[in-house]
Amino acid sequence: MHIDWTTLAAIAFVAATAALTVVLLVAFALVGLSARSEPQVDGPGDGGASGTHTASGSALAGLCVLAAGLIVCFGLYLIVA
Amino acid sequence: MDTSLIVVVVVVTALAFDFTNGFHDTANAMATSIATGAFRPKTAVAIAACLNLIGAFLSVQVANTISGGLVDETLINPVVIFAGLVGAILWNLVTWFLGLPSSSSHALFGGLIGATWAAGGVGAINFNAVLNKIILPALLSPVVAALIAMTATYLAFRVAARAEPGAASRGFGLGQRVSASMVALAHGTNDAQKTMGVITLTLITAGMLAPGSPPPFWVVLAAGMAIGLGTYMGGWRIIRTLGRRVSDIHPIQGFSAETTSAAVILSSTHLGLPLSTTQVCTGSIFGAGAGRRLASVHWGMAGRIVLAWSFTLPSAAVVAAAASWLAATGTVGVIVVAASAVALASGIYVASRRNAVTAANVNDLPRPAAADVAADMAA
Repeated sequence: MHIDWTTLAAIAFVAATAALTVVLLVAFALVGLSARSEPQVDGPGDGGASGTHTASGSALAGLCVLAAGLIVCFGLYLIVA
Repeated sequence: MDTSLIVVVVVVTALAFDFTNGFHDTANAMATSIATGAFRPKTAVAIAACLNLIGAFLSVQVANTISGGLVDETLINPVVIFAGLVGAILWNLVTWFLGLPSSSSHALFGGLIGATWAAGGVGAINFNAVLNKIILPALLSPVVAALIAMTATYLAFRVAARAEPGAASRGFGLGQRVSASMVALAHGTNDAQKTMGVITLTLITAGMLAPGSPPPFWVVLAAGMAIGLGTYMGGWRIIRTLGRRVSDIHPIQGFSAETTSAAVILSSTHLGLPLSTTQVCTGSIFGAGAGRRLASVHWGMAGRIVLAWSFTLPSAAVVAAAASWLAATGTVGVIVVAASAVALASGIYVASRRNAVTAANVNDLPRPAAADVAADMAA
């Protein structure tokens, strides 16, 4: 009896890496988007800090969505190819 | 029996199997999307149907063997294939009636094993291949999918706790639409191909097609239409089980479950050990339920599903063996098998109408047990 444990382990590793990466990227993107839309509770002199906060939130969200999108496109390529 | 007649019977039966495969497996991609409201029920099945049809055209590479080496292929003839398909269709209908997700591929392989066993004896079965290609993956794939989905869900809840709840719900809902659509597309490429393979290899066996030929266009179209139509009919009973009877599914869990399913299905297909879509998706949904709170999962339902899985192969095999034995007696035997199958299928359908599950009531929550109601009233 020959059981292909190597392939089974490879499937588990690749699938876990892909799934966890995509889910975490989307979760971080949503955290970034939320930071962007948070109401400004800072004092009148903190406008610069709040603006930086918003920009970094947007950048984080954009990067995460882009990375998740690339992984999804690769998945589509695997289905179509 | 006339060769062309049995070929026609096999083609019709294979398309009927493809149809049951479609409505049996709609839940894999769309159950959680419907439960979380990411898609409206009718929209979900329409999208899944279109993607299954598209998937059928994307992958037309037919396998060299019908059973993948599970049985002695020299004993497989149109009558054996017909009997195997009958066993698989009836098992699919029984599990659909009970609202239990079970693998259509395993039902088909079980049917072929039983029919070949009846035709050629126990020596015609390659038990080593059955263990490696069916039993072992069937044991491991749901567990692996569940563990990945559980971890993904747990981490997603931890990270998303810092996000604004409304945005998180909308974002994960949007992500779930994408990942569920990928599962539906992958399903079309894998499962429609199975029926195309059965029909094409039957045509080759009957001498109607040259060996090594790709499936003719009408075969691709018919297989795609059958699985698409089946998917559009929506196996609402199984959708209700996976969407509402496993756990209270939130958008984060739906997204984690579908993403895990897509990742496991794609990686297994491309690493050369295709796993059952149904078992992977079911494992993912249970894992996603447990990732939020272990106690929120209805483990009794898990037990019923595992029981159905363990009976899939032997049940389809027993029915197919009986059908094979009867059909091998000649034209009358084939007619008796076909008529019995139609009568049983009709009976199951009529019985299902007594407690119909439709797009309108698919999201209804389970009624509390009588004991719980009595306890509440007493309190």
